[in-house]
Amino acid sequence: MWGFLLRRLGQVIPTLIIVSILVFALQQLMPGDPALILAGEERGDPEVLAQIRAELMLDQPLVNQYLHWIWRALQGDLGFSWRIRLPVGELILEKLPVTFQLAAMSFVIGVAIGVPCGVLSAVWRDRPADWVINAIALFGISTPNFWLGIMMILLFSVQLGWLPPSGYVPLWEDPLMSLQTTIMPAFVLGTGVASVLMRHTRAAMLGALSQDYVRTARAKGLGERVVVAKHALRNALIPVVTLGTIEFGRLLAGAVLTEQIFSIPGFGKLVVDAVFNRDYPVVQGVVMATALIFVTLSLIADLLYMAINPRLRTA
Amino acid sequence: MISRLLLAACATLGLTIAAAHAQNLRIGLREDPDILDPTLARTFVGRIVFASLCDKLFDINERLEIVPQLATGYTWEDPRTLLVTLREGVRFHDGEAMDAEAVRYSLDRHQNMQGSFRRGEINTIEAIEVVDPLKIRIRLRAPSAPFLSQLTDRAGMIVSPKAAEAGGRNFGTRPVCAGPFRFVERVAQDRIVVERFPEYWNAAAMHLNRVTYQIITDSTVRLANLQSGALEMVQTIDPDDVPAVRRNSRLRVSVSDELGYQSITFNIGNGARAQTPIGQNARIREAFELAIDRAALNQVVYEGMYTPTAQPVPPANPFHVAGFRPEPRNVERARALLREAGVTTPLRVEMTIPNNPDLRQAGEVIQAMVREAGFDLRLNTMEFASSLQAATRGDFEAYLLAWSGRVDPDGNSWTFIHSRGPQNDGRYSNTEVDRLLDAARTEPDAGKRRELYGQIWQIALRQDRHRIYLWHRKNIVAHTERLQGYVNVPDGIIRLQGMRLQ
Repeated sequence: MWGFLLRRLGQVIPTLIIVSILVFALQQLMPGDPALILAGEERGDPEVLAQIRAELMLDQPLVNQYLHWIWRALQGDLGFSWRIRLPVGELILEKLPVTFQLAAMSFVIGVAIGVPCGVLSAVWRDRPADWVINAIALFGISTPNFWLGIMMILLFSVQLGWLPPSGYVPLWEDPLMSLQTTIMPAFVLGTGVASVLMRHTRAAMLGALSQDYVRTARAKGLGERVVVAKHALRNALIPVVTLGTIEFGRLLAGAVLTEQIFSIPGFGKLVVDAVFNRDYPVVQGVVMATALIFVTLSLIADLLYMAINPRLRTA
Repeated sequence: MISRLLLAACATLGLTIAAAHAQNLRIGLREDPDILDPTLARTFVGRIVFASLCDKLFDINERLEIVPQLATGYTWEDPRTLLVTLREGVRFHDGEAMDAEAVRYSLDRHQNMQGSFRRGEINTIEAIEVVDPLKIRIRLRAPSAPFLSQLTDRAGMIVSPKAAEAGGRNFGTRPVCAGPFRFVERVAQDRIVVERFPEYWNAAAMHLNRVTYQIITDSTVRLANLQSGALEMVQTIDPDDVPAVRRNSRLRVSVSDELGYQSITFNIGNGARAQTPIGQNARIREAFELAIDRAALNQVVYEGMYTPTAQPVPPANPFHVAGFRPEPRNVERARALLREAGVTTPLRVEMTIPNNPDLRQAGEVIQAMVREAGFDLRLNTMEFASSLQAATRGDFEAYLLAWSGRVDPDGNSWTFIHSRGPQNDGRYSNTEVDRLLDAARTEPDAGKRRELYGQIWQIALRQDRHRIYLWHRKNIVAHTERLQGYVNVPDGIIRLQGMRLQ
């Protein structure tokens, strides 16, 4: 168990280094000169451009830029946003709780709807209830978030006036208001997660229900409830946990469109605006933070497997 | 638990009611401003926030006249020497006095600070001299007609020298100026909050206590916030949303002509891609222009709200040349011109378009119009930053680009038309036009200056056809009917003076 943990942790560092090199290299492939963007309507003045390039080290070889950045990053300094001059580390710490709250709420909604629906539709396979649940799931997967988001704003904010149309209030400032501002985006994101989880839970449950140990359990005379909940579901959950952590990581990496629609100042909005403004330090910082989150989550997923399925503990 | 929830609900309700009575204004902006340092700032939305924080030496009014703000007046001692008198008893937000020394400091900072974006606007300044605490003399290298208008924007904003020294390059994270409001907080990509500065020199004109600039990039959502009462005002709404707002009795729409324009730049001399029939032959560009019906284009894409034009200076500007109008569409003549030019039709032309829904639609309408005259227009939609780089490098044939506009006509013409103009992406060059542009720059008499611009348009646009001006946009501001006293100035800046909530 500890050896496994150490091995996994050992893989984290090379992963992060590779990610950092990739981000740096990919940015160079992006068309659009950051100095031109920063110069704005002054872009025609070569003196202004030269000054910007010198200040941001853009006139230096790529390797120097990378080494300078990674050296500072190792000391915990991710640099400044070129556009608004705030430290990138500060920006990330400011956005992370927002995105975390949104992701957690969406995830809870997704799991609460997706897993039970998946189990039920497997148990009631090919019966009307299964068809209805599948139809809803298909609808959930295929509805674009921005459309659902705008429809919800028009209904609940403009027509009914129940919820604020957009914006965000931190949980610790005003919990009620915070829930009001995040419930619509969380629901929009949650429906997507629920649909994916439902489809996979159903498939995994169908697989588990056809296994020998389930037949054995039934033959022992166990009630159907116990068979489904204790024997089939537990085994079916392993792929679902993997998928769940990936989905959660995806939510944390920023729900770009949804954050944009609801003006939620989270990770997604941060990175999209940074890309469009060619604000490289912010892009680098956010991608690194996201990579770290993904690596951590997959580690958690591995630990969860062991908790759910004791057979894996010896590995 | 339930009682606690009820309590919270009551508290929220109470706050909402209190907010309705307090003079707290929430304004929706369409993008997040960049740094709030007048020397380093570049974005248009940033100027809207500066209007609350930083007063300028001069301002402009709704008729685009220059009026004093921190200054009380000016005299030209000779064509190169400007004497500015300052308002007495003005204080910065940190309590420091705003005097001639502070003005000298700020102008010097705009001119010399590393990374300053104001340098190009005021680089005609040769020397600044403090005459006495309320008088400052600015000597220019050469006479300059647009100079005074530069002091009505960020180059005329005066910062507290003490705070600027202390803040250094990070001054913009906590700006200290002499405007009607002082900085409270900024949450990147979410909001900027300012509160009333009680010692403002013109405090009698200020009725609002607190202003929150809320950043909402999606135009539908921005409007939904206004409709549901979560905002009192939005910076801009789309022309197709105007009818819906007009139908709502609780909302008001205010429209004014913007200072800028939308145009098509042709690549005439910037690299290999200028070597196309349309880049080398003014007759072909004339045919292209004659095939476009600006009024129909405006009707289809912008509900007829914008102003069709043939020149860079909008009608609201005193330097607009009234007689210089768009030519009516003439497809027959366009076809004849293409025959005369001896090109085989359909003639293939590529136009680069920044990736906005409305510009894409405009491109498609133009495509359909010029097809009738014998052009095969290919649209190359590009993300904005990439399109700018392509234009600078000369990697385009035609480029549909907007300019936000300046009060002085020089700011809408010289940089784009002069052969040494830094934003002359198509590298148009005509020595006579250069001479006239330079002359217009130094001509003090407004009437003569307008005549010079008339001559420039005649050569550069009717003869050389280096560019096609299409329309002037409008500032469309929407607000709740409770908001009184808003004046829509063509520069699109929201001035808070005189505004109050009923």
